[in-house]
Parts: sequence; structure tokens; C-alpha cells
Amino acid sequence: MENLINIFIKSIFIENMVFAYFLGMCSYLAVSKTVKTATGLGIAVIFVLGITVPADYLLENYVLKEGALTWLSPSFEKVDLSFLSFILFIAVIASMVQLVEMVVEKFAPVLYTQLGIFLPLIAVNCAILGGSLFMQQKAFLNIGEATVYGLGSGVGWFLAIIGIAAIREKIKYSNVPAPLRGLGITFIITGLMGLAFMGFMGIKL
Amino acid sequence: MGDPLFSHKNLKLLTAPLDSSNPITVQVLGICSALAVTAQLKPALVMTLSVIAVMSLSNVIISLLRNTIPDRIRIIVQLVVIASLVILVDQILKAFVYDVSKQLSVFVGLIITNCIIMGRLEAFAMGNRPWQSFLDGVGNAAGYGWILIVVGFVRELFGSGSIYGYKVIPESWYSINGGFYENNGMMILPPMALITVGIIIWIHRSRNRELIEN
Repeated sequence: MENLINIFIKSIFIENMVFAYFLGMCSYLAVSKTVKTATGLGIAVIFVLGITVPADYLLENYVLKEGALTWLSPSFEKVDLSFLSFILFIAVIASMVQLVEMVVEKFAPVLYTQLGIFLPLIAVNCAILGGSLFMQQKAFLNIGEATVYGLGSGVGWFLAIIGIAAIREKIKYSNVPAPLRGLGITFIITGLMGLAFMGFMGIKL
Repeated sequence: MGDPLFSHKNLKLLTAPLDSSNPITVQVLGICSALAVTAQLKPALVMTLSVIAVMSLSNVIISLLRNTIPDRIRIIVQLVVIASLVILVDQILKAFVYDVSKQLSVFVGLIITNCIIMGRLEAFAMGNRPWQSFLDGVGNAAGYGWILIVVGFVRELFGSGSIYGYKVIPESWYSINGGFYENNGMMILPPMALITVGIIIWIHRSRNRELIEN
């Protein structure tokens, strides 16, 4: 239990997707003009990361890893399919996003209209694939850890995009030098937020 | 047909992304994998070459297939083409420059979701002939690459006092050896990549004033 909380806190603050690894920057920059849309996208990302990371964890441990196929037949002990992980992960992500979209549309139409275009776009958000690739690299012990890691990374991303959206709503009223307006100042603010987040690195877990 | 291979229009495809339609500073594509690899020049350079390879090849392949891909499933076809090319690049990197491949870690895989590649496939290769698509791919990847290389250069020079792994600041300048100089450790940290790109955008837009946003 303690271990799970550690992973959760670590993935939100210390290894924040946006500030430490720059993942999902494209949608982070494009969809952070207002807090409302940013919230929608953020929730969708938490949702999808929470599903795809454990799904890819199962794929990694029962299909791709060296010796992972022994549950089929002991003679597959030396089979190593890990070079296929990129293409299978992205396929799982794309189909999961499609599936999530259909389920949400059927059972929660209100949420569906709120998320709108963001849900399908998430398939190409690098934070999602990044989550799975980091999961592969970290070699978690069980699916619980992987799920918590996925959810934590999603929450970290959510916090980052809400933060920048709130700042951008305010900065509209300030006098930014003309060439810095829009994209430039957003980059610099994100950098400053990143420096602030680095303060969490001191936490020993 | 009938256009010479390097007509004015075709060359424009190659040069426009370097400046007025730069993927990073103007189109805002492909930031994700761009920033994390720029703490040093070498990984930035390797990343640039990988992206040039993946992008030009995927543009050509999609352009050849463009009339046969059903519209509804084009995203997944594009992803499959890109992912296969990225697997190739990843295996090549692992075979020949293993240390850099380790340094780039997950970011090689993340070329797949690099929005610059999907973006150009959607916006250009789906509607143009292979040769033009090839030029567009090379141009955009190079436009992405020069930003990477500039950021990598600045961060490595000020952060570790070296360029491409070679020390350029004389040892005797460092304060440990009785000098006056100290590396700026902050340049190595991830946030400084963002700030450096922000400053590049600032300079770029003050020289090219049509790009200023309201």
C-alpha cells in the first residue's frame, strides 16, 4: 500500500509528465487557452492513461518480454518480441481510445459531449505512449503498480494543463512584448512552472 | 508532371519550414520529443537524423498509398507506417550507437506520436505526389532539427562547458582550479529547454514580424 502511494506521489510531482519529460506538449500548448477545455482534456487523459498503462502492462508481461510466452508452451522460453512493443503499444492505445469513446458515448453522453474532439485526439498524445514506454522501462512488479503509475501520470498532466490555462487566461490582460505574445510567453511560463516543480525533487520516497 | 525536380516551387517546400513555417516555432508541432533530448548536442543531432529519416520515408510511403487508403482508417494506417519505420530506426540506433540510444531512452519510441510527422502526413502527403512529399518531409524535419541543434548547442555549452562532448572552456578557468568560471548547472535541467526555445521564438518573431500573434 505504502509503495503504491509512493508511486502515485512520485508520478504526479517528481516525474511530472509535462515538466520533467515534456510529454504531451503539443496538446498542452494547443488546448490551454481556457480552463474549461483544459479540464476536459485533462480528465480524458487521466482516464485513458489509467486504462492503457495496465493494458500495455499485461501485453508486455504476457506477450512481449523475453520468456513471457511460457504460459503458452515452455518451448517459447527464448522468444523475445520486445522489438514489436512500439507498434503493439500504439495499436492498443488507438483501439482503447476508440473503445473508451464508444463506452463513454453509450453510458455517459453528457461527459461525451464535454470531451468532444479531445477523446479521439488523445491517441496521438505523446503522454499516453510515453506512459506505456516508461512503464516498460520501470518494470513494475504487478498490475496494481502499473495502474497507479498510469493514473498518477494522468493527474500530473491534468495539474499542469490546468495551471497553464489559468495563467494564460490572466496573461491576456498584461502587456507582453509583441514577439513573445502567445507561444513564446507560454513556453517561458511553462519553464518557470517547471523550475517550481523541481522543488519537489527534494522529496525522498 | 513536367516540373523540373528542383523547380522554384519545389525548393520552396524545402526552405519554407526552415523559417516562416517552422514546425516548432510557428506550427507548434513536435515539441514533445524535441525538448527532452537537447541537454547535449550529440543526442540532439542523432534525434534530428532519426526524425529526418522517419519523416521523409513515411511521407513518401503515405504519398504513394494516398489513393488507396480509405479515409476512415487513415490515422491507423499512418500510425502503422510510422511505427514500423521507428522500429527500424530504433534497431539501427541500438546496433550502431548504443550509448546514444540509451540516452534517448523512450524518446525514440515517441517519434511515433511526434505530432509533426502525423501533421505533415495529414496536411501534405495525403494530397501530393511522392517527390514533393519527400521534399516537404526533409524540409520540415530539418526545420525541426535546427531548433534542436541550436538548443542543444546552447545548453551543452553553458551547462557543461563542452560542445559535442569536447571541452571548450579551458580547465584553468574553472574556480576549482583557481579561475573565475563556473558551469551553469541550471541549463542541464529540463525547464531551461523550454525557456531557451521561448527565447528562440522571441528572436525569430522579432526578426520576422508577420508571425506575431495578437
